[in-house]
Amino acid sequence: MTDPKTLSPLDLDTPDKTYLDANELVINMGPQHPATHGVLRVILRLDGEKVLGLECVIGYLHRGVEKIAENRTYTMFNPYVDRMDYVAAVSNGLGYCEAVEKLLSVEAPPRAQYIRVILTELNRIASHQLWLGTHALDIGAITPLFYTFRDREEILKIFEKYCGARLTTHAFRIGGLQYEAYDGFEKDVKNFVNFVKPKIDEYEELLTTNRIWLERTKGVGVISGKDCIALGVTGPVLRASGVRWDIRKAQPYANYKNFEFEVPTGENGDTYDRYVVRMVEMRQSLWIIEQAVGGIPEGPIMAKVPKVMKPPVGEVYHSIEAPKGELGYFIVSDGSTQPYRVRVRPPSFVNLQALDVMCRGQLVADVIAVIGTLDIVLGEVDR
Amino acid sequence: MHELIEYITSYLGNTTQTPGAAGNFFWATVYILLVFVGLSVAVIAMNWLERKILAHMQVRLGPMRVGPHGLLQPIADALKLLLKEDIIPDGADKLVFWIAPFIVVLAAFTVFVVVPFGPTAAITDMNIGILFMLGVSSLSVLGIVTAGWASNSHYPLIGALRSSAQMVSYEVAMGLAVVSAIMMTSLSDHGTLSMIGIVEAQRADGIWFLFKFFPLGLIAFVIFAIAMVAETNRAPFDLPEAESELTAGFHTEYSGFRWSLFFLAEYSAMIAVSSIAVTLWLGGWLRPFPNALSSPIWDQVFSLVPGATFLFLGGLCFYNTARMPKHPLFRIQTMGLAGFGTLLALIGLVMLVHGVREHVQNVFWFAAKVAAFMYLYIWYRGTFPRYRFDQLMRVGWKVLLPTGLALLILTAAFGMRAEIWQQLQEAFHS
Repeated sequence: MTDPKTLSPLDLDTPDKTYLDANELVINMGPQHPATHGVLRVILRLDGEKVLGLECVIGYLHRGVEKIAENRTYTMFNPYVDRMDYVAAVSNGLGYCEAVEKLLSVEAPPRAQYIRVILTELNRIASHQLWLGTHALDIGAITPLFYTFRDREEILKIFEKYCGARLTTHAFRIGGLQYEAYDGFEKDVKNFVNFVKPKIDEYEELLTTNRIWLERTKGVGVISGKDCIALGVTGPVLRASGVRWDIRKAQPYANYKNFEFEVPTGENGDTYDRYVVRMVEMRQSLWIIEQAVGGIPEGPIMAKVPKVMKPPVGEVYHSIEAPKGELGYFIVSDGSTQPYRVRVRPPSFVNLQALDVMCRGQLVADVIAVIGTLDIVLGEVDR
Repeated sequence: MHELIEYITSYLGNTTQTPGAAGNFFWATVYILLVFVGLSVAVIAMNWLERKILAHMQVRLGPMRVGPHGLLQPIADALKLLLKEDIIPDGADKLVFWIAPFIVVLAAFTVFVVVPFGPTAAITDMNIGILFMLGVSSLSVLGIVTAGWASNSHYPLIGALRSSAQMVSYEVAMGLAVVSAIMMTSLSDHGTLSMIGIVEAQRADGIWFLFKFFPLGLIAFVIFAIAMVAETNRAPFDLPEAESELTAGFHTEYSGFRWSLFFLAEYSAMIAVSSIAVTLWLGGWLRPFPNALSSPIWDQVFSLVPGATFLFLGGLCFYNTARMPKHPLFRIQTMGLAGFGTLLALIGLVMLVHGVREHVQNVFWFAAKVAAFMYLYIWYRGTFPRYRFDQLMRVGWKVLLPTGLALLILTAAFGMRAEIWQQLQEAFHS
């Protein structure tokens, strides 16, 4: 594995000189490209089909979320975080709410915690399903996309019933929940768990032992655990490289310490391992949901929080295990109703750094596979 | 005038030769038109079928709005493509850009000159028929390379290079499989390269070449079946137009009418290679079990199948008419579906008429076998991820090619086993 520090920067100033003369080709992939998952632009330097290096250009979806936070009260900013990783809006909300709760030194009541865990884990499954569909589509298998979207729909339906929104849910409030779980929530969730278990088998049937899938993913985009840590890569990508790091276990938040689950890890750190890790994570999430849904305690869903939130002067960093990796919120309070500074540590943005390391020496088709396997959401990369 | 009519009618009684081989220009032209129209209809039908079948594999409905069950969708699409602005990029080499799609279409259509739909139902019968088919169909790579190059853009260029490399390397394996099939004809003393001759050889042998020298024929067929998917750039070998990598490959810069020509060429090339496979291994126009079930009663029974199939399809339409929503908004669609069902049923009835059914059955069996291949194409597309370029090359050169060579030797040895045995015995005794 190349040490990321020794990678030479790309010589992009004189692309014409190398064009067709020395077998080198500089091509521009994106921002309008079917496989860059939004508006990622990748400048590729190729020798025939081989990737000599690449550079990511981001910012096409920049909305200044962090700056907006400085002009909103703590409560008003809450919906904005859903728009970062819009595939896993619930996780974003959880991270933000818990960070502010930490700042306010309040804790959500147990009932709220349980419902939070259920919704977050449902969201993790939805996020992984979307990842699986698009990743498989990038590698050329078009059918899994429709299967995963069909099943993801059931999760979105539960979200819609719970809070009225499907994608940007804004499900949680600082201090707990706004909505009590609707009648039949537990039944819906249980039904979903039973519904989706065979479906995950179905995806695996299409892909896991498929020869072409194995050839396309094994040994592609390899990254070592050491490199992952050096680059700050987290989430399934890190775990697939053999590092057992899951914030749900390492620094338990919400009430994850009450639940049993495994943290799957890979060995080779290639695309296939990342695929397997995420597939196992989906099953583990179902296991967590099964435990949580049986034990939702009675009680209030909202802690006592002041109407006008004025957290004491200070700062807090709180991170959670979002579907894509460590999602951290660093909030500085100056004692007023608005945060002085909010800094988001988005997993997609940090993981995207590894793209160059993972792609050098691979083929063009692998770049697509690696972008897919990193599971980036450009809304979160650009913020 | 009288002579002209005489010239035209002179071919009518001919039941041994194709019009091209008989040298009758009038009927050859008629056959060309028939094949052209039939092929266009097949491509349109294929377009609709692919979308519907793929949709149903992927838990969705596919086209449903234009016409009943989207039946008119391909026509609407064709209209849209024809009406679109004709764009030639600024930096493109205009002449080459303009010619490229025509090369591809020409290559894809010319192939059908020798495809036999029946003992005499081919435009012409060449004694080098199969060579002609392979030769002409490989010309299309020329059009693809020029298209990619003339676009003056990176993605089409990479697509074109991938495509040419792929088509050239898979042609070798394909050729080996074809040679093995040809060898099977020559081993039974009626060696021929003529497409009609190959089918006749299968009839004479009383076995499809698929099952001859089992499993050698089967292996050759499998090699061909893999190579032909690669040859036509279809999933899982659709790298030249890998949507997720190269946006649209060699035809990224093409739009409107010119793009539709590529589309047409792709589908007719699929039909062409499937026809080769059907002719070489699946007994061409021969009905199932022409020898085992050869009594006149079975002839009668099998000649009823084409009409019955169309009647069944018509019935299916009527069944779906009954299932259509009863809302007045759907009245026209329901009527359209019923009309389509009536049309199919009428065709089916005509096909049952004595005198017609003997003539259509050959074409029907051929088309049915080709249709099975078309279904396979769609099935592959719905199931498989895409190969990577180096893996594709590896499969072509390191798996298919050695297998093909070994197969060739084995087929030859197996075919000549009596002679070889004799030679060995003589050598042993002397």
